[in-house]
Amino acid sequence: MRDVAIVAFGQSDHVRDSAETSEVEMLMPVLHDVLEQTGLAARDIDFTCSGSSDYLAGRAFSFTMALDGVGAWPPISESHVEMDGAWALYEAWVKLLTGEAETALVYAYGKSSPGSVRDVLTRQLDPYYVAPLWPDSVALAALQAQALIDAGLTDERELAGIADRSRAAAATHPHAQLRGEVPMGEPLVAPLRTGDCPPIGDGAAAVVLAAGDTARRLAGRPAWIRGLDHRIEAHSMGVRDLTDSPSTRLAAERAGAFERPVDTAELHAPFTSQEVVLRRALKLDAPDSTVCINPSGGALAANPVMAAGLIRLGEAAARIQRGASDRALAHATSGPCLQHNLVAVLEGER
Amino acid sequence: MPEVLTAPLVVEFPFTRSLGPVQSAFLTGLRERTVLGVTASDGRVVVPPVEYDPVTAEEIRDLVEVGTSGTVTTWAWNPSPRRGQPLTTPFAWVLVRLDGADTALLHALDAPGPDAVRTGMRVRVRWAPERTGAITDIACFEPVDGAAEESRPAPDDSAGGVGRPAPHSGEFTDPVTGITTPARLDYTYAPGRAQSRYLGALADHRIVGERCPSCRKVYVPPRGACPTCGVATDTQVEVGPRGTVTTFCIVNIKAKNLDIEVPYVYAHIALDGADLALHARIGGIPYDRVRMGLRVEPVWAGDSRFPDHYRPTGEPDADYDSYKELI
Repeated sequence: MRDVAIVAFGQSDHVRDSAETSEVEMLMPVLHDVLEQTGLAARDIDFTCSGSSDYLAGRAFSFTMALDGVGAWPPISESHVEMDGAWALYEAWVKLLTGEAETALVYAYGKSSPGSVRDVLTRQLDPYYVAPLWPDSVALAALQAQALIDAGLTDERELAGIADRSRAAAATHPHAQLRGEVPMGEPLVAPLRTGDCPPIGDGAAAVVLAAGDTARRLAGRPAWIRGLDHRIEAHSMGVRDLTDSPSTRLAAERAGAFERPVDTAELHAPFTSQEVVLRRALKLDAPDSTVCINPSGGALAANPVMAAGLIRLGEAAARIQRGASDRALAHATSGPCLQHNLVAVLEGER
Repeated sequence: MPEVLTAPLVVEFPFTRSLGPVQSAFLTGLRERTVLGVTASDGRVVVPPVEYDPVTAEEIRDLVEVGTSGTVTTWAWNPSPRRGQPLTTPFAWVLVRLDGADTALLHALDAPGPDAVRTGMRVRVRWAPERTGAITDIACFEPVDGAAEESRPAPDDSAGGVGRPAPHSGEFTDPVTGITTPARLDYTYAPGRAQSRYLGALADHRIVGERCPSCRKVYVPPRGACPTCGVATDTQVEVGPRGTVTTFCIVNIKAKNLDIEVPYVYAHIALDGADLALHARIGGIPYDRVRMGLRVEPVWAGDSRFPDHYRPTGEPDADYDSYKELI
């Protein structure tokens, strides 16, 4: 099988409200950033794949507007997933593995500011039994948090510590939305406090993938994708054990994450309690573990819906590219309470 | 930087869905105050019931009747109910494992405060006074008082054991076969920099495009990016107001809520100075006299922020060569 690597990563500043720019206006500087990093022009890219959601924009086929930013005329080879950009990266990775492309541009964006993202996300739930009750995303995460507390797997103090560690890590992050000391605040939907929840914001991210020697030519130290897998669980939360994430564990196993220890883990855990579930599923909690979890601050510091998962892959790759990591795990999630999970293992050449 | 324009945008649909045999039985059952589950391949009783086994994906439809009381498996206190949620006063979200079921159902619990809620507590269904065959026929759950109820043991989960729920035919008179679930989402639409400038100029009855710094094309309406070069278009260019019909069609079907007599003409119009044709209605000329190359100008009705239509200017028609690249 061919080797494929992430050779460039860029992201926008993540802000609460980007009303002064349209999606394509927000995205374009990020696209130009990753192309400049590789020295590629848009027309040199063999395949382009994006992730976004019409429900955030409130408009059908909203991604077609953003396509202007990549120079889609004359016609390019292009695809889109109505999912987080991490899954667009998965599609692009497969395309490169088939040999049909040498390079790929993957981008994702989300503007939560036009609507109420807690309510918007209810529309992804079972339309017969659940969506008519309008349980918002914080409420569902809170049910999972209480299940963890009842099982003795965490407590409010540990959750506050996760929030604190994440935002402290983001203190020097130039793109983060919420950084430094953030009060835990009042219960939003108990047991979750505002500090346990991600900021609501707008942002975009882009990644360039390349195969084999092309990757070596485009980047000093490519972040090689050693494994990539994603798995999903039953839609109904009442069927699942909310304290565990078997889909994450299986995806990690298939991606080869357990073959050797990783030194970095970028976990897509928008809520503090979800990091507890993921750390257990990924076996990152060993007492002697030295793995650095979410050095970027994670989704608690910036959570642009549809881009936050791709950013985890990008942050892990960037850490490898600058020599701060040799073997990193990146995770992305989708759906209520960690329903669908993607795990990638990235390595730099020594 | 001009003022950022925003406007309310409401997306609203009455989603109409048909039901399969399992969902139809469950929702009709709720109407009749009966809660049904389905037996999965491994013997577990799944409530609310699904049509396909969550583990094997096999089709399942062995219905059983479960209790209308159950046990809270996890909960979350919601101090600020949101639009559409089951209760308007603070309540707990709960996952409830009904007696006889092995999985939990998501709903709301009416309780005076978070101190009155805990995992393991006993609750029962409070039925909606008027039921139609929907999950909202369960108005919410309510705590079950009394020590006797509190100490009731969990049902026997071993296959065929005592306390297994009884099979149910799933047959009811006048079954519910479909549901309509209205959904409404409210947005504040912001068109961004380029389109805000375009809309701002329209208010002054001017039409502005934007030029690509790379290929020099002028786009109208501007979207902020050149789709050929993938770069920002940031130089404003006033175009029109006159233009040329590049192509057109004759509309013979009256659209709902549209106060325009048919037939009428809808056309692509290349405004003078623009490299992209926009589209608009042509008026002030019989529909069968409209032609490619016709010179037109916008007609603004009252204080409208948009041209109502375009009408002939009376100039000679434009040369085909002058607009053939814009068709």
